[in-house]
Amino acid sequence: MERFAEIWAGIRTNKLRTFLTGFSVAWGIFMLVLLLGVGNGMQNGTKDKFNDDAINSIWISPGQTSISYKGLQPGRKIKFKDDDFELIKREIRGAEEITARVDEWQGRSVTYGSKTSAFRLRGVHPAHQYVEKTIMTQGRFINENDLLRRRKVCVIGELVEADLFNGENSIGEWVTVGGIPFRVVGKFKDEGSEGENSTVYLPINTMQLAYGYADKIDRIMFTIGDANLEESKEMANEVQRILSEKHNFSLEDERALHVRNNYEDFKRISDVLGLMKSFFWLIGVLTIFAGIIGVSNIMLITVQERTREIGIRKSLGATPKSIVLMIVEEAVLITVFFGYFGLFFAVLILELLAKVIPTGDDGAVFSNPTVDFNTALTALAVLVVAGTLAAAIPAARAAKIKPVEALAAD
Amino acid sequence: MIRLKDIEKSYIMGSHKLQVLKGINLDINDGELVSIMGSSGSGKSTLLNIIGILDSYDSGSYRIDNEFISDLSETRAAKLRGQYIGFVFQSFNLIGFKNAVENVALPLYYQNVKRGERNAMALDYLDQVGLKDWASHLPSELSGGQKQRVAIARALVTNPKLILADEPTGALDSVTSQEVMNVLKAINKEGKTVIIVTHEHDIAAQTNRIIHLKDGQVVDE
Repeated sequence: MERFAEIWAGIRTNKLRTFLTGFSVAWGIFMLVLLLGVGNGMQNGTKDKFNDDAINSIWISPGQTSISYKGLQPGRKIKFKDDDFELIKREIRGAEEITARVDEWQGRSVTYGSKTSAFRLRGVHPAHQYVEKTIMTQGRFINENDLLRRRKVCVIGELVEADLFNGENSIGEWVTVGGIPFRVVGKFKDEGSEGENSTVYLPINTMQLAYGYADKIDRIMFTIGDANLEESKEMANEVQRILSEKHNFSLEDERALHVRNNYEDFKRISDVLGLMKSFFWLIGVLTIFAGIIGVSNIMLITVQERTREIGIRKSLGATPKSIVLMIVEEAVLITVFFGYFGLFFAVLILELLAKVIPTGDDGAVFSNPTVDFNTALTALAVLVVAGTLAAAIPAARAAKIKPVEALAAD
Repeated sequence: MIRLKDIEKSYIMGSHKLQVLKGINLDINDGELVSIMGSSGSGKSTLLNIIGILDSYDSGSYRIDNEFISDLSETRAAKLRGQYIGFVFQSFNLIGFKNAVENVALPLYYQNVKRGERNAMALDYLDQVGLKDWASHLPSELSGGQKQRVAIARALVTNPKLILADEPTGALDSVTSQEVMNVLKAINKEGKTVIIVTHEHDIAAQTNRIIHLKDGQVVDE
């Protein structure tokens, strides 16, 4: 308290100058925190985007050839069958959770009791749960026994249940899907689009049999564990090679096969974001640095003006250390006090932004632009360090003041 | 308590050296009331600064209570000042934004005395110089004589053995000068060594021993 009074007296005598300097510090911290918040928002937005599916997954779907190869004309459609799935499963080392999928985007009518609605269908292997990041909220997902026995079971999205069951329990109930009865064994939600949550999952072989797909599949997906970027690219190339051999298309043909490496996409975007964040830090820190120079300047002037006072204090037994502390504390107080205002307003604006911008929207690139507690703490640390730095030169000068000369000064 | 032997001190003034003290030999005992006289440029202020450990000397030796004062670090010098010496200046040197009691308490702040204790002690000393009722006044609200009494209270608050007064009455009229001298004499009666630098004869005449300084040397006692 005493120390604060000492410092306050110094500040009080130069209100306007202190305010102007403090403002530059406030502005610096304001910019830093705002930029970091925006950076966080972009990162969160991107994470949300990738939250739908496993980041470490590779998705393969067939396309149409565009280059003639081994006497085959371009424009040939590539079709996946069960044996393609078996081939990938057998040949790709490092593939962890692997699933094939049959998609029926147009959907089929699903009936429970007197209610009927159309939902899209997917026939999948059990591993699909991990690839698509399906979150079970009740019951279970498709399992190996379902496939072995070609059970007529289904797993329904939350919106499906909401539509058909009127808030009643769906697990264990029978629904008809395209005229065929299936038993509901699980309910899920997905952080992807609304469409994901109004999907009905069936065991892949049951679906192929029930609706006449025979051994046709639409895509193959697998997770790659904790493989790094190079390894994931290698795996994607290997998939390309194996399937080009089997289906007779050129490795150069970019349209014959669509291989989506989620990890590569994620890495690319998060690298860009990381770069952007460092850039934000740089701008913020430079802005604060400008503030530091301002504070340093004002402290120099203060020391100059208080030379005589410092001389008096020394003659009364003040050690150089106590003089240095006095100057440093004043600088730190100024920076922390004004920095706090900058921090406060930056957080205020970020909170407002967070309210205005809808989150969880499909395709949103900006979500939850807040600074976490750590960032705020970091900002505070930056302020204290900044204040100390700002005081370093003036304090050293103050400590060197000789009482004789100071007392002679006027 | 003070032994100065062959003290020399010179300042570099541009290209030439100005020798201010040319071998000062001086002993001052416990409880003495001494005045140092001399015209301006005689070196009396420099001598006082050396005695007050505010300034260093070039050669010779200086002891307070048999402790050699030489080549001290700033920190050590500050500690010794706080411990042994109380200063009274011509221009009072009170801190403008502190009130009387805070000014008096300041040396105790540097000796890490707690706030409450500090202020109580400061108030005691203000009472001794008759200014208890002015404790919460700022220096700008006090007369010259009052300011100097506050400064004396500040010099006394750490209970030093030695009071150094540099032209303590230089800025005061004769009536207030006498008041201040009375206070200094009273302090001396209580056993403190008091050294007064002055160029006023009637001030010097009130001390028990007068040391004349001329051109950096003690010429007469």
